[in-house]
Amino acid sequence: MAPADPTADGISPAPRFDPDSDQWVRVLSGSGPQREAALARLHGLLLRIASGELQRRGGQFRITGPELDDLAYQAAADALLAIVVKLSQFRGESKFTTWAYKFVIFEVSAKIGRHFWNNPAVRMDAEDWERLPDRLGLDPARETERRELAGEVRRAVDEHLTPRQRQVFVAIVLNGVPMDALVTELGSSRNAIYKTMFDARSKLRDVLAAKGYLNVQTSRHS
Amino acid sequence: MNGWTALDRFLRTDPRDVGCAEAMELLHVYAELAAAGAPAAERYPGIAAHLAACGPCGEDFDGLLAAVRSPAE
Ligand SMILES: [Zn+2]
Repeated sequence: MAPADPTADGISPAPRFDPDSDQWVRVLSGSGPQREAALARLHGLLLRIASGELQRRGGQFRITGPELDDLAYQAAADALLAIVVKLSQFRGESKFTTWAYKFVIFEVSAKIGRHFWNNPAVRMDAEDWERLPDRLGLDPARETERRELAGEVRRAVDEHLTPRQRQVFVAIVLNGVPMDALVTELGSSRNAIYKTMFDARSKLRDVLAAKGYLNVQTSRHS
Repeated sequence: MNGWTALDRFLRTDPRDVGCAEAMELLHVYAELAAAGAPAAERYPGIAAHLAACGPCGEDFDGLLAAVRSPAE
């Protein structure tokens, strides 16, 4: 996009977004009743997106009725706050509303992650290795293979993962704890948990391949 | 598919994968390209690799795409 010409006195005009986005940013950066009205309108949009997203993801949790409405309301309110704080970071790479919706989607994910722990039956550190074959989706009919594979994975986990990698592997793979729920529990970030799991997967693959269990030479379509 | 193949698929990592932080940072740009039918994955292969491998970010992408496509007010 060609930059607008600087004015004669050398002052560049404010960055230009598409007219709608420009309007949002201008009014939200301002003050008075216009800003209040824009905040109310944005909150309404965010609430609609939060409700729609919770509905779309309805199969992933057991939340219904007023609790669901409450969660949507909280997600919209927290997203609105984040948007106001980060307004100066909007660079017009997308429509303002797309950028804003991103925050409410993230809030919905975080709230679902936190809600996971409302079920007291779930533990993140239980070590029931018998579950491993099922958690990896192995065929119950292939009993020998299941036992051998689970045993090798467990040994590789014990001998080669760091304590943190092991903790994350056990929580996610053995106990089926969703990543966002683990983020809350460990006070970490999604990026850090993903990286820990990424490195753990990579290390386990190297170890098992070195032992000849994984045919790494095999092409992707084998 | 035998068990070792399934395990290999689970353990395999994509070196192009940019991780959650970068994918989340650019998710609005990526989703808008995808919504417009532009080749978002070609433009951002590292993000495409991440969204394919990371459940939570993939879910957020689906959600944002649905939000962008939802009828306006
Ligand atoms: Zn991710």
